[in-house]
Amino acid sequence: MMASALVRPLTADDGLQPRWIDGRPMEKVAAEFIKPNDRLTSFERLQLYSRMYWFRLSDAFRDDCPGLVAALGERAFARLSKAYLERYPSRSSTLRDLCSRLEQFILEKPRLTAPRTALACEIARFEWAQTVAFDGESLPAVAAERLSSTPPSRLRLGLQPYVTLLSLRYPIDTFVIAVKRRDALRSEASNTPAAAAVVHRVFRRTALPRRRSTHVAVHRHNNRLFYKRLDPAAFRILDALRRGSSLSRAIAAAGPGVRPSQVKAWFKSWMALGWFCADGNKRRRAAS
Amino acid sequence: MAGRVFSYVPANRFNGHSDYGIGIGLRVPHYAHILSKKPVVDWFEIISENFMVDGGRPLELLDKILEQYRVVQHGVSMYFGSADKPDRAHLKRLRTLVRRTKTPWLSDHLCWGSVDGTYTHDLLPMPYTFAAARRTAEKIRQIRDFVEVPICVENVSSYAEFHVSEMTEWEFLTEVVELADCGILLDVNNIYVSSKNHAFNPYDYLNNIPHHRVGQMHVAGHTKFEKYILDTHDHPVLDPVWKLYAHATRMCGVSATLLEWDDKIPSFDEVHNEALKANEFIDGAKKAAV
Repeated sequence: MMASALVRPLTADDGLQPRWIDGRPMEKVAAEFIKPNDRLTSFERLQLYSRMYWFRLSDAFRDDCPGLVAALGERAFARLSKAYLERYPSRSSTLRDLCSRLEQFILEKPRLTAPRTALACEIARFEWAQTVAFDGESLPAVAAERLSSTPPSRLRLGLQPYVTLLSLRYPIDTFVIAVKRRDALRSEASNTPAAAAVVHRVFRRTALPRRRSTHVAVHRHNNRLFYKRLDPAAFRILDALRRGSSLSRAIAAAGPGVRPSQVKAWFKSWMALGWFCADGNKRRRAAS
Repeated sequence: MAGRVFSYVPANRFNGHSDYGIGIGLRVPHYAHILSKKPVVDWFEIISENFMVDGGRPLELLDKILEQYRVVQHGVSMYFGSADKPDRAHLKRLRTLVRRTKTPWLSDHLCWGSVDGTYTHDLLPMPYTFAAARRTAEKIRQIRDFVEVPICVENVSSYAEFHVSEMTEWEFLTEVVELADCGILLDVNNIYVSSKNHAFNPYDYLNNIPHHRVGQMHVAGHTKFEKYILDTHDHPVLDPVWKLYAHATRMCGVSATLLEWDDKIPSFDEVHNEALKANEFIDGAKKAAV
């Protein structure tokens, strides 16, 4: 009962819902199991816990989704996060997984992000990919000798679980970088006593990205987060490998007109980044 | 307690017979300072869940800390008091981390916080009933058998009490730890906060728990509101809490002590110096024992 009560959405003024799901006054319901004291009613004691639940999860949500906050604005984001947490309360012992179903929810409830639903979806996917890149599993990287010793028609390469390939309609990477820069500058400026009034005016909302087909890999290198832009042909090769294609089929997926020297250069770069592993495809978590 | 011998060393079977003194929490704002300046700190407490990950920077950072420092794990989501069975995947990750850190003991809270696989990410107060005590103790035993290190159970701060409770909080804590044969992480700030919210004498709490089971203590700051006190961990330790700590040390003996400072975190030196204030109370307790 208590768990159900405290995860119900708060009212507009951050209070406990006045009625229980069966219509009974919440004051009466709370009094059935919580003792009042000389300062707080049972309702008020339960309300404390409910507020803490919502404030804690909302804060975690904001911390993980600064791009989405910037794109939707505070009010729309608050509506989205409230609806999302009501539909998909946390099923993990760690808040790290809080946004794992956010993209799916945005697609389920497009009105909450309209008219920017397509953009919001891609930002949610991107921001989740960051979480995966930050602490996702790392498997032993494939050695260069394996590439040269196995026929390409039989060689299968997995992608590291912490690498997420994204084919996007918007340049989300550029947008997220701009948001992070703005937030960092805002944070610095707000530490100056006289600057508080200036902060909002100077650091305006980050311009929303315009549509432009973008292929990017969200990954980590030396345990630092990176976004790597990919040529569409390079993306097709990596995507084919991720889906379990042999090396020769994956390279064929690049399409006509791609020079072998270009493919060689791409593979050299990806090998240096340690992206390939032996069986990552069996164990990686899908980020999209 | 008649005939009880004051313990001048913190080691007992509930903290793996370790001799850990005063520690602080390992917190993100201090990482750069710790790694570059390598300050002398007796031990760090880490939140287990922050490092129960598959890879990346958290584990890189942890391994660097482990090269130089002793670390003890403190959890926030085991939910000993939840009716849910222990999550095996969570336990496996926890045990992997225990083996990595070589923590001499593991702590988590006497609370519940999950129902049917949905997590509140809060430390919710227990109903103090004999049935709840039995169920909680059994869960602690199962978890201890799996992770293979001693467990200390922490008393939480609370803002609600239940009509169904059959005993006081300290009686419930005693019942649980005796049935589970586990240790206590005695959080004196939580005792103070709860004593104000529920109008009981905090010294009654301290005087009536099994002192020999205390493997570790916590001190922390809190925030007073008009009608309640909130356990915010964002201030220095207030005098009434230090007084409770002094009394707890006289009753339990010298114990591994940790200062919790989790929000509005000041510089490393400020936090560490605050923690080291515990020494004067430990010295006082030793003198009183002579």
